[in-house]
Amino acid sequence: MTGPEYAGLGGWTPEKLGVPGAVRPVVTAPEPVLSRPGPEVDPTSAEVVRLAADLVATMRVSPGCVGLAAPQVGVSAQVFAVDVTGHPKAVTVHGTFVLCNARVVEASRWKAGREGCMSVPDLTGDVKRASRLVVEGALPGSGEPVRLVTDGFEARALQHEIDHCAGLLFLDRVAGAHAIYQRKVYL
Amino acid sequence: MNELAITVIGRDRPGIVADVAEVLARLGANLTDSTMTRLRGHFAMTLICVGPAAADVEAALAPLAADGRLLATVRAVTPDGGSEPTGEPYVLAVHGADRMGIVAAMTRVLTDAGGNVTDLSTRLTGSLYVVVAEVDLPPGVSDEVAGRLTRVAAELGVGVSLRPADTDLL
Repeated sequence: MTGPEYAGLGGWTPEKLGVPGAVRPVVTAPEPVLSRPGPEVDPTSAEVVRLAADLVATMRVSPGCVGLAAPQVGVSAQVFAVDVTGHPKAVTVHGTFVLCNARVVEASRWKAGREGCMSVPDLTGDVKRASRLVVEGALPGSGEPVRLVTDGFEARALQHEIDHCAGLLFLDRVAGAHAIYQRKVYL
Repeated sequence: MNELAITVIGRDRPGIVADVAEVLARLGANLTDSTMTRLRGHFAMTLICVGPAAADVEAALAPLAADGRLLATVRAVTPDGGSEPTGEPYVLAVHGADRMGIVAAMTRVLTDAGGNVTDLSTRLTGSLYVVVAEVDLPPGVSDEVAGRLTRVAAELGVGVSLRPADTDLL
């Protein structure tokens, strides 16, 4: 998708990081790093730039993966990658991007949906997420502040990743005692 | 390692879960999967735990059931290691005026199609009867199953929906 949807990112692409990403192992619950709120980062630091590239690389080799947060590769930090390109439920699509220190600033039109997570491979759960979302954060490398307006599946993915950065799993948000399920279908 | 299936059923009161869990913890029994709800006000808990011998757990739970208000059963089960995913997950919802045989008729349709119910709740409130089930269906049969469910539901005078329980992997 081109046009105004990309405006929020100013044409950012992972290539702008200027470093090749390495695939890192994905950790799974109950790894403590997944439950720890990540600290804010300096988006211009070499370390964060490398982490951003690694998150993109790891996301790209993981089948069906539309987002990956730093705690999932064992790093407690407010950095995550998202790419919902081509997903059947996606409406607005910003392509591949990485955000640092992201915050939800507006959320509305809450909808229930069933979520799974690479870091909780055997369970799924029903979770309400906003389907209209405004997120502010900083781009890795330049540190440029961005404001992203999105919806639908990309909005759900962003909330899931921002939760990871805050040390929260979808399990922390399930709709009730009977809203977690054994995962049955493997991508 | 012993794997035990335990049920506790009876008159509800605050503290039953804590009492049961405490007994198990004291015996060194590790509570694994469990579910608890109230069925028409009755306390109903089913759980699997691993550790001690069935007889020891039975004896330890006996005081909880001493006043006759709770019934606890313990039996050793064979660990099955979890069944393989057998198909595609769907959610079945049925609601309508209560009458005999709704669950029987609906689940028979699923079974005949090679489906497997993995989770089920039914509730009767006033004259309204509600069934919600998680069902694994073999690939490619959902349209046919939905059609058959609709016909059976019409005969029973209830409404039915079958929708994919699709999961967003994030």
